Amino acid sequence: MLAFILRRVMQSVVVLFVMSLIVFSMINLVGDPVDMLVNPESLPEEIDRVRRDFGLDQPAYVQYWKFLTGALAGDLGNSFIFGRPALALMVERFPATLELATSALIIAITVGLPLGIYAGLRPNGWGTRIIMGGSVLGISVPTFWLGLMMIIVFSVILGWLPVSGRGETAVFLGIESSLFTLDGLKHLILPATNLALFKIAMVIRLTRAGTEEVMAQDYIKFARAKGLSSKRIVRAHLLPNILIPIITVLGIEFGTLIAFATVTESIFAWPGLGKLVIDAIVNLDRPIVVAYLLFVVALFLVLNLVVDIIYAVLDPRVRLQGEGG
Amino acid sequence: MTIRTTIGMLAVVAAGVGLTGGPVSAQDLKVALAAEPTSMDPHYQNLTINNSMATQVYDALVLQDVNQKLVPGLAQSWKPVNDTTWEFKLRSGVTFHNGAAFTAEDVVATMQRAANVPNSPSSFATFIKGKSFEIVDDLTLRISTEKPYPFTPNDMSRVAIIDSAFVNATTEDFNTGAASFGTGPLTLSKWLPGDVIELARNDGYWGAIAEWDNVIVRVIGDGTTRSAALIAGDVDFIERVGPADLPNLESREGISVFKSVSNRLLYITLHLTDDQIRPFVTDHEGNNIASPFQDIRVRKAVSLAINRKAIADRVMDGLSKPAGQFSPEGYIGYSVNLKPDEYDPDRAKELLAEAGFADGFKLTVHGPAGRYSNDTRILEAIAQMLSRIGIDTTVETMPASVFFKRFARGGPDKTPEFTVAMSGYANGSGEPSHPLRIFIHTKQKERGYGPGNRNGYSNAKVDGLIESGRASMDITIGEKLFIEATEIAMQEYALVPIHHEIATWAARDGIAYKHGALDSTFIHNIRSK
Repeated sequence: MLAFILRRVMQSVVVLFVMSLIVFSMINLVGDPVDMLVNPESLPEEIDRVRRDFGLDQPAYVQYWKFLTGALAGDLGNSFIFGRPALALMVERFPATLELATSALIIAITVGLPLGIYAGLRPNGWGTRIIMGGSVLGISVPTFWLGLMMIIVFSVILGWLPVSGRGETAVFLGIESSLFTLDGLKHLILPATNLALFKIAMVIRLTRAGTEEVMAQDYIKFARAKGLSSKRIVRAHLLPNILIPIITVLGIEFGTLIAFATVTESIFAWPGLGKLVIDAIVNLDRPIVVAYLLFVVALFLVLNLVVDIIYAVLDPRVRLQGEGG
Repeated sequence: MTIRTTIGMLAVVAAGVGLTGGPVSAQDLKVALAAEPTSMDPHYQNLTINNSMATQVYDALVLQDVNQKLVPGLAQSWKPVNDTTWEFKLRSGVTFHNGAAFTAEDVVATMQRAANVPNSPSSFATFIKGKSFEIVDDLTLRISTEKPYPFTPNDMSRVAIIDSAFVNATTEDFNTGAASFGTGPLTLSKWLPGDVIELARNDGYWGAIAEWDNVIVRVIGDGTTRSAALIAGDVDFIERVGPADLPNLESREGISVFKSVSNRLLYITLHLTDDQIRPFVTDHEGNNIASPFQDIRVRKAVSLAINRKAIADRVMDGLSKPAGQFSPEGYIGYSVNLKPDEYDPDRAKELLAEAGFADGFKLTVHGPAGRYSNDTRILEAIAQMLSRIGIDTTVETMPASVFFKRFARGGPDKTPEFTVAMSGYANGSGEPSHPLRIFIHTKQKERGYGPGNRNGYSNAKVDGLIESGRASMDITIGEKLFIEATEIAMQEYALVPIHHEIATWAARDGIAYKHGALDSTFIHNIRSK
């Protein structure tokens, strides 16, 4: 296992390096940040001053070298716009996004898994048709539209939940999160559900497909013949077998929840990473864009690794490469 | 865990609840803005949203009213004492939020800091460089320039005054609140970037004291969400109502909408240097030609071909007013003699024919996408209108970050790349020669003239009027010269104005908002009825 992890870490470093090179050179081709930063009413020398201060007067390879040496020391550069370290800004916004993504994932599993199993066990039932119809909607209706509809129904018409923003936070076990206050939870419900809808639909479809496949297997028939209750068959024989593909997919999907919650965050004014990055892209805040993309790459590398390890734990047949034959 | 630490933890939690508000009293105001300041350091970046937020916590020597007319601020009065020196009489008895008394020394310290903030993406040095500051006594200050300069009071309206104790404070100190003690109507309680800004009333304010105990400012970027937050009662006041939501809010009980014609102008610039060939303009066979816009008749034809009223009604949903000059009516530098051109395609065709382009030509117009309200759709409408008079026009839009670079210096030798482009402008300083110096005066980089003059317009008479106006310490004389220069430049179509955007705000009933030509939001102008 250790050798496997080591090798994967080495590979990850190479991927990160190549990625930084690509991202850095691509972003240097787009526009000129100075035009977005300097107020047009400024004196002409102001443009040169900003360019000098931000190192934009240097050739691209010098800028990249500076970035690379800084990155190795844990410094991804200062945001042009905020004048603060890009990494610190991301760390500041990360908890909000993490709590949103985690809540969405939990919602997706708790709602999607039972519904999917139900649909798999009763492929022709009325309930199944409703569930599957709903999941088609969940997959095909755009997130931003659903988000706006949810705001209109639950906040404007019914007045049950706040429209936007993150609620009060509280510190529990050293973690500051809005999960620990009632106000925070109220604020979280709509955006988390909105973010989860697509994933719920996906979990339902995956679970149903898995269930149908597993239920046709001989060992299930044997379990039935032994006279085991349906509950026991589902819990002991069905679940462990369908979970593996679902975990693989959800592991990666968790990454996309964190990395691409942007639309939901924009609609619900959720103060997470997505908002930071969108603003950075619009205003050509290069250090933030580069730092964010590298963060996303690192996130997926880690998640892939974690999924592989969970795989091995869940399924004794899986042996990680490099684990002594 | 001992009892002591448990109690300690409870106290921390209680304090946290207290800070974040708990139940909000009737005297609190909740505001949703569309964008957020990049810093709470008033000298960090010369950016509209930063500047409007700074006016809540800080005062400048001179303040601007909603139409950018200068009114007394920390200076009670100002006058020129000779051709190069202004004398400011400062207000007595003013204290900063931390209790320190305000004196001339704070002004000098402020100027020293504001011109030199490290890593500033757009500094305030523009308003400070070239001026020397002399303290006459605690409440008298003299500001001299090398040459006569009538706009020192305007420049002084742009720099927020801080306590001299914080002359060396970092931007971070202002962001965290450690140094953010101004003299303004509100004090900064807390800033959580991306989330919330909390302000509280300054009971010791020298001017009109704010009505609200606390003001909670949230940033909601999405227009529809912003409107929904107002309807649902989550917030009391919003800025920038989305055009699609406006009819709904206007007809809804319990909500009032405020509108005013802003000084944000959308314009088209037509290239008029005598290059042999210009990119993006060809004859019908596709051969590049010299810019047809060197001929004033072609420029006028473009202006007459644009149906500004149709754009206002159908593209902007009524949220624009056709423009014929930089300033909207009632605003500094406005000329009563300049009206927006009436739509007249027949006359436009005649003018084209007179100029030798009876068959028209082919043109590509450029513009930013998503920078100004409906920018792409406006440009498409204009292209259709131009095609109707025989100028076969295609549209190319791009993200603002790409557009502005190419617009300013995408061509050979870092010259402006486009032949026809659409862009926007709003006078930030409230000084009447501002648009003339930037867009109309012949480009002279070393003298600071014409940095936004992308099309090569040059008229010696206009230059002379602008320069003598800027050299006269008597602003009333200057204003007359500037209006004359504006009239000549607009009649020569130095650029083609399209419209001024109409700015919108909305609030629950019982709230009044004093608004004018500025489209940014000034929280201290939000009052109960």
